[in-house]
Amino acid sequence: MTITGIAAIGAGLAAIGAGVGIGRIGGSAMEAMARQPEMHGKIQTSALILAAFVEAVALFGVVVAFLQG
Amino acid sequence: MTLNTFRNVLFSALFMVISTMGFANEDTENPENEKFDAKEMILHHVKDAHEFHIMDINDKPVSIPLPIILYTDNGLVTFMSSEFHHDDSGQHIVEKNGMKFVKLHEKIYQLDGDAEAVAFDEEHHPTNASKPYDLSITRNVFMMWVSVFVLLLIFVTAARSYRKSEDNMPKGVAGFIEPLVVFVRDEIAKPMIGEHRYKKYMPYLLTIFFFIWINNIFGLIPIFNGANVSGNIAFTFTLALFTFIITTLVGNKNYWKHIFWMPGVPVPMKIFLMPIEIIGMFVKPISLMIRLFANITAGHVIILALMSLIFVFKSVAIAPVSIAFSLFITVIEIIVTAIQAYIFTILSALYFGMATEEEHH
Repeated sequence: MTITGIAAIGAGLAAIGAGVGIGRIGGSAMEAMARQPEMHGKIQTSALILAAFVEAVALFGVVVAFLQG
Repeated sequence: MTLNTFRNVLFSALFMVISTMGFANEDTENPENEKFDAKEMILHHVKDAHEFHIMDINDKPVSIPLPIILYTDNGLVTFMSSEFHHDDSGQHIVEKNGMKFVKLHEKIYQLDGDAEAVAFDEEHHPTNASKPYDLSITRNVFMMWVSVFVLLLIFVTAARSYRKSEDNMPKGVAGFIEPLVVFVRDEIAKPMIGEHRYKKYMPYLLTIFFFIWINNIFGLIPIFNGANVSGNIAFTFTLALFTFIITTLVGNKNYWKHIFWMPGVPVPMKIFLMPIEIIGMFVKPISLMIRLFANITAGHVIILALMSLIFVFKSVAIAPVSIAFSLFITVIEIIVTAIQAYIFTILSALYFGMATEEEHH
């Protein structure tokens, strides 16, 4: 296996991690919004911010894969 | 869905298909006998360039030349990039003030002494040339000026319309800008920084919000050749640096105490937390930088990769699938342009808020 292939697998693993993370944030946010519709705006804002944090980690992986690949 | 909305949606979709075709049109630049290299084409689009390449007509590139400004050992050298005659392989030598310059992979090299041509080592790096300081007006710099000009136009017009109107009601462009400014104030600045302290940061937050947004949008317009300004690490680095400097300068006693001597935890924990907090100080702007850079670059790469599928498979049958998918991604990217501008602004505001927070009792 070449280094490019390993880099691609690494990017895929990073994507799996971010997928799980953002999925959990999104699911919990939906649940919370359904329970307390009046908190809709605040929950959405914090969900977006948290998603951005999780996504950043995945993007670190993608950037490393780009540099290697 | 009424007929009217349906027609609007149809027209918007049509326009976006045309815009993706603009991308596709550029790809035909490769001669048919040459094998199509998707990776090279994508990298060429994502990277910065010394000329503003618009399209190819009959294999002849049509482009706007941009000035090249070099700082060499013998002082400043300036000439137009058209003097390289679209050469990017280091073959064409331009002589200025007795110095020889070549362009290789969008980098300008200065040949040493009396060398006549560039010599390469095994890894295709030039061995007899050095890089002078390159202060050129590149494609990204040019596009940045264009977006600055457009922003000035929009905001000066909006400001003027407020001055004219008697009841202070927004009219024209101002009617479009005001809700966005109010959004940044009420949804970003106030909740993140606080009711009393947010005003000082509004100019900065508004500037980065609109500047990032407009650069993201320009990146999606094919006629600008997808000038990838906000997908350039130097651009995002500078914006993140501004946020870092402001956070550090406005940081109050409470903020620094939380970094160097975390209150409310036992002493061994305080010592343990100090290096982590110091690293965190720098990681915050770095993650801002990488998030914007990687998001926008990844978007461009995906759109271009989908378009190049047609040329990789060399078949028209792929075209409907490829165009449908790249249309889909383009629509997502339009949302991403706004979301990334929002995320960058709200995180900057969050960091300012953390730096100026008062002590709780």
